[in-house]
Amino acid sequence: MDLGLMIERRPPMLVLSIGGDLEMSSVPQFRDAVIDAISAGEHHLVVDLSATDFIDSTGLGALIGALKRLRSADGSLQVACAQPRLQELFKLTDLDKVFVLHQSVEEVVAAGIPNSSKRSEWL
Amino acid sequence: MTEGVPNMDKKDKKDNKDLVTLEIPARPEFLGLVRAVVAAAANVESDFRDDRDEDLRLAVSEATTNAIEAHQLIGLDNRISVQAAMSDDRIEVVVRDQGPGFDPAALEAMPEPGTPERLFFENGLGIPLMRELADESDISSSSDGTTVRLVIYTRRYL
Repeated sequence: MDLGLMIERRPPMLVLSIGGDLEMSSVPQFRDAVIDAISAGEHHLVVDLSATDFIDSTGLGALIGALKRLRSADGSLQVACAQPRLQELFKLTDLDKVFVLHQSVEEVVAAGIPNSSKRSEWL
Repeated sequence: MTEGVPNMDKKDKKDNKDLVTLEIPARPEFLGLVRAVVAAAANVESDFRDDRDEDLRLAVSEATTNAIEAHQLIGLDNRISVQAAMSDDRIEVVVRDQGPGFDPAALEAMPEPGTPERLFFENGLGIPLMRELADESDISSSSDGTTVRLVIYTRRYL
């Protein structure tokens, strides 16, 4: 399946928009994109799920993996997700306690880079 | 004894109005096909609400992902079988693999949701999620393989 990845620079953040499916077949591409971003010095990522068609536990696991990677690089990962269905999925898996879900990329950009996260003791 | 057979046939026909069987290579590239086929099959003669369609697609995808992983774990080329039985108010999906099996009871050892330790289980989210989304779910597993049975109703009755 196609990840439908689009990357946009919104300094000091980098936005990864997923327009397709984030599941077992496309997770490696997502993981590579995160690793490439970190290697290129981009440590503050926003994952935009506004147009994502499908995400499963493998995809959610990849988001956790990305968060761990970014935290260890003193970076951050924020998620933009206005789809009620996906928000529900974060709740069902308790990941709403790990990620702050924003309504839009614009909201994330306006809020800026988060302070050293109050949730950092979790990971 | 011979009388019992026609009765069983009749019962099967009543319970399983329509049956669709799919066999896929144990590769993640085929997950999207499984989701599309099962979701389309569910709605041929029944009307699943949108949220139930999503529950179905995700639960079936989780079960099939686990099956693919089980085959990949032991380098098994055999195909995975996905069977969907449709009746008026529900769809029953059975996913079978021939992987090494696992102990479903061992999953209960996972840390409680909401605890920090739980987050280290990047790969442990699938089965709890599947159980949550399906109205009925059974896992039977042995060293010959694993069978997951899921039932989703057209509407949530809970």
